[in-house]
Amino acid sequence: MRLRIEQRQEPSAQMRIAAPVIATALTFLAGSVLFAALGYDPLATLHAFFVAPINSINGLSEWLLKASPLILIACGLAVGFRANIWNIGAEGQLIIGAIAACGVGLFYPNPESPLLIPLMFLAGAGAGMAWAAIPAFLRARMNTNEILVTLMLTYIATLLLSFLVHGPWRDPAGFNYPQTALLPAAAMFEPFDYSYRLNPSIFITAVAVVIMWLFTDRSFLGYKMSVSGAAPLAARYAGFRESSAVWTGLLAGGAAAGIAGMAEVAGPLGQLSPQISPGYGFAAIIVAFIGRLNAFGIVLGGLLMSLLFLGGETVQMTLGLPAALTRIFQGILLFFLLAADFFIYYRLRLPEHA
Amino acid sequence: MIPRLELRSITKSYPGTVANDAVSLSILPGEIHAVLGENGAGKSTLMKIIYGAAQADSGEIYCDGRRIEAHNPAISRSLGIEMVYQHFALFESVSVVENIALAVKGTFDLGRLATEIEALSARYGMPIDPHRRVHDLSVGERQRVEIVRCLLQSPKLLILDEPTSVLTPQAVVKLFGTLRQLASEGCSIVYISHKLDEVQELCDTATVLRNGKVTGTAKPKESTSLELARMMVGSQLPEMHVSPSAPSAKPLLEVRGLSAPARDKYGTELTDVSLEVHGGEIVGLAGVSGNGQAELIALLSGERTHPRAETILIGGRPSGHLSAGERRKLGMAFVPEERLGRGAVPPHALWENAVLTAHRAGLVRNALVDRRRAGDFARRVIERFKVKANGPQASAQSLSGGNLQKFIVGRELTLEPKILLVSQPTWGVDVGAAAFIRQTLVDLSRAGAAVLVVSEELDELFEICDRLLVISNGRVSPPLIRKQTNREEIGLLMTRVGHGETRRTEVALED
Amino acid sequence: MDLFVAIFTGTIIAATPLIFAALGELVVEKSGVLNLGLEGMMLMGAAFAFWAVIAGLPMPVAIAAGALAGAATSLLFGALALTFLTNQYAAGLALAIFGSGVSAFLGRGFGSTPIDALKRVHVPFLSDIPVVGPMFFRFDPMVYLAIAMFGLITWFLYRTKGGLILRTIGESPETSHAIGYPVIRIRYLAVLFGGLMAGLAGAYLSVAYTPLWVENMTAGKGWISLALVVFATWRPLRVLIGAWLFGGMTILQLQGQALGIAVPSELLSALPYLATIIVLVIISQNRQLLTLHFPASLAKPFRAAS
Repeated sequence: MRLRIEQRQEPSAQMRIAAPVIATALTFLAGSVLFAALGYDPLATLHAFFVAPINSINGLSEWLLKASPLILIACGLAVGFRANIWNIGAEGQLIIGAIAACGVGLFYPNPESPLLIPLMFLAGAGAGMAWAAIPAFLRARMNTNEILVTLMLTYIATLLLSFLVHGPWRDPAGFNYPQTALLPAAAMFEPFDYSYRLNPSIFITAVAVVIMWLFTDRSFLGYKMSVSGAAPLAARYAGFRESSAVWTGLLAGGAAAGIAGMAEVAGPLGQLSPQISPGYGFAAIIVAFIGRLNAFGIVLGGLLMSLLFLGGETVQMTLGLPAALTRIFQGILLFFLLAADFFIYYRLRLPEHA
Repeated sequence: MIPRLELRSITKSYPGTVANDAVSLSILPGEIHAVLGENGAGKSTLMKIIYGAAQADSGEIYCDGRRIEAHNPAISRSLGIEMVYQHFALFESVSVVENIALAVKGTFDLGRLATEIEALSARYGMPIDPHRRVHDLSVGERQRVEIVRCLLQSPKLLILDEPTSVLTPQAVVKLFGTLRQLASEGCSIVYISHKLDEVQELCDTATVLRNGKVTGTAKPKESTSLELARMMVGSQLPEMHVSPSAPSAKPLLEVRGLSAPARDKYGTELTDVSLEVHGGEIVGLAGVSGNGQAELIALLSGERTHPRAETILIGGRPSGHLSAGERRKLGMAFVPEERLGRGAVPPHALWENAVLTAHRAGLVRNALVDRRRAGDFARRVIERFKVKANGPQASAQSLSGGNLQKFIVGRELTLEPKILLVSQPTWGVDVGAAAFIRQTLVDLSRAGAAVLVVSEELDELFEICDRLLVISNGRVSPPLIRKQTNREEIGLLMTRVGHGETRRTEVALED
Repeated sequence: MDLFVAIFTGTIIAATPLIFAALGELVVEKSGVLNLGLEGMMLMGAAFAFWAVIAGLPMPVAIAAGALAGAATSLLFGALALTFLTNQYAAGLALAIFGSGVSAFLGRGFGSTPIDALKRVHVPFLSDIPVVGPMFFRFDPMVYLAIAMFGLITWFLYRTKGGLILRTIGESPETSHAIGYPVIRIRYLAVLFGGLMAGLAGAYLSVAYTPLWVENMTAGKGWISLALVVFATWRPLRVLIGAWLFGGMTILQLQGQALGIAVPSELLSALPYLATIIVLVIISQNRQLLTLHFPASLAKPFRAAS
């Protein structure tokens, strides 16, 4: 007897919600198998990976701290993804945002000015947008594939950062380490409590989530972008300009990533070094998909992904497992999620016997 | 005599519909057998099942007395069953001989195959050049390629799905000659059509389908049109009310000397197109598809703009450079030929699809979509145009072709346009819905709107239009008054307009 | 003269991984499938080949291991994109992330010591010809294999029925299905072949080009290979030429750094990426050229109607 795959008449609303849950469960399962294969007790390792890291107030603080940039960037990217604008260079936009914000923080004439944080915010957002404006212009005016351009620009951004911290911006008092001087206190978010690193920048993310929801679910511009994504010919038929979707999609991602970069330097980092992001820009792509390009889904996806980062760090420290596990888990999770999505539109059926 | 092909109680259902319900039929060697039915009667599904491109849920297929167990197109071909699709199964980017090579077994020798193609196509009176790329061929030529491809297999059964919908009346005569020659050589032919006159002229037997069921078998040459029509349509044919038109003094839509290059390698160049549509009248644009209809309609709708504003006048205003949205502001509305993906966004709900073009009608306020109003708008369209759908929340892709078309037509009409462009208004729409849509178009024009209908169905154009234009090879004929012309004149114009301009026309003239 | 020969041979060698990866991707895209996961497959190939070498396996086996690792990785993409009809962009990205994670995971035990690189072969007699010998006849075997693969792929695509079937599936899988070709199966084969080639590209990096293991050692070469396919407007010969151009750029840039040209090394390192963007922009201007050999069904999910 063979199972038959059949298209559903309407996409299944239950599966839409169930798919991420199933994918997460399968990822845990695959993780257990992997741990067992490596000779670790699966349950204990899963505990060490997913529970232990958030078992304390500090853990919770770190959890939110890492989830915040992921959620923020994913919100920005999802705006473009909905319109089939594939900005996969958020990592580069984050770096450029961080550079610009740090530049303002370091070189603003008055290091005690209360304007520093707002200026850095604007610099981060503006620089991220400017970096994303390059692929936007090239796609809208020059018909150039934005996937490859955003990626190439990420490599360039990484090299620019490396150049700055090894060269002109290197801290003269930094024992020759490739890093800038620490930002002045007025250029940093003040943590809620100095024992922990969580700081008010999470409110930026919270606001972004609400804006994202309003934009995609309620606004006419968001509607137009979803039409562009789902049926480009229908967008043209209705008279929606493709270039406006391209610009909006890329600039939203660039702004979000740039702000996330600013919040990183003005938050936990306090300075620039060659590695300022553990891959937030790439992980945010997965977050956007896990969250189904939907604001509240992205919040859950960001929390999950942040846990993967924390768990990877924790098992590296406590069990000596490699940090690369994080990326493996990210990949597996995305695989399962994409596969599970199939069942929103299709179902398996036993053939009926007449 | 053992039938060449026998179907016993074939049933096939898709989610939501039963396409074939216990269909049985039997075809003898050398017989030309019509499968007659309206759009949506289940003809195409049945043909796919015969050919193995779709699997029946239940029922049996016999070929030359032997049952076909597991079916697929490869098995069909090994049994000598060949199919000419309505939308051709040809690849545009490669040559005729390469296309045919994909369908024949044996060694991959393009040179030898080309010689065979030339010989065979000459023998059946349909010459083709095997080395030309398919995208350079006219639709009629493409059909020849399809048929030659089938004939190279020396088929025992040839299936043709609505073969004449893309042909000029003159080319149809030629095709029928070829088919009769084939049948006289012993090949059985399954001829799928919804055109009564053709079936009566060509076919020995007809199986009539309605709503997926066989409603009768007849000898078309001995039956009257009325008998056949009744089997096809059931109760009674809807009647059209076409009152005399009272055209406005000035045209609402005017095209003056519009020329435009082809948009891509498969496109057609438009040359010096001029036309006028007045308020209160329906103007029809006839022509074989691929002669510039798509380009013209894109330029008229604003999906493609023209650098010279004065080539297109909307209400007297130069508009060639205006986008689709700006033209809609001037009172234009448009029903495109593709419903899913152009006229509607497939996964979006109907209320969302209402916003697509009706956002100007108060569905968007303060840059936000007013969901309640959009829902009301969609509900009004559903009710007024009798769309079968689970309310405004149903997705566009869940509707049948005819119902979605009613929704799109309804949406555009609810915007009360001054000018309406309609492309292929009743393609794949069942007979009741088609009549309803045609009647709405007539009513709209009689209320004072200018309506331009692009259609490949001459019958449809003759039924509703006041004046007719013919497009061929990117050129448009002067207008003809419907009551003073006939199918033959239109058919000749389909091949004569733009005479001698390019190779494509010359070839078309040989038809 | 020696400098010229060095630049020339360096160019050919630097182009070799790009040729493997881009030609493989060309075949995949010709079938209408877009696999963005080249970077991940190359890294898997690199890791497995390197692992095989330090495990003491002979070089040909190590290279084969890399190729098979790439192919196995590509199956994950195939399952998602072809069976589960996933958005191909997302599936490719997932593969890129996954491959980089798994390879880094495997590579943690590899250490940072170089291995004995794949030996160069001196073609008897020919390699002794002055200038020409060192320019053309002293490469390692994989350089010649890459050129051979170019010949093979060109012949397959344009001279065989299989190639015709592949190309036409790329234009319209619906039509191919209608005339009876197993579209999904053929696309799987194309994806597997692309994975195999990406695996070879990765293997070349870790056992011949570098030859050592560094996390994420592909450094964007997978993405550049993707760009090369666009640059080549889906034609094999142009892939070859494009790969050589980029190889040349890399070598000149390295030469520049070695000569201590007074510009920051980061700027020189950025040149290949910058050049990729510029070339893409130039190519994208000619829509006619882009569409002429473009597989029309690229990245569109296909499911055979039942």
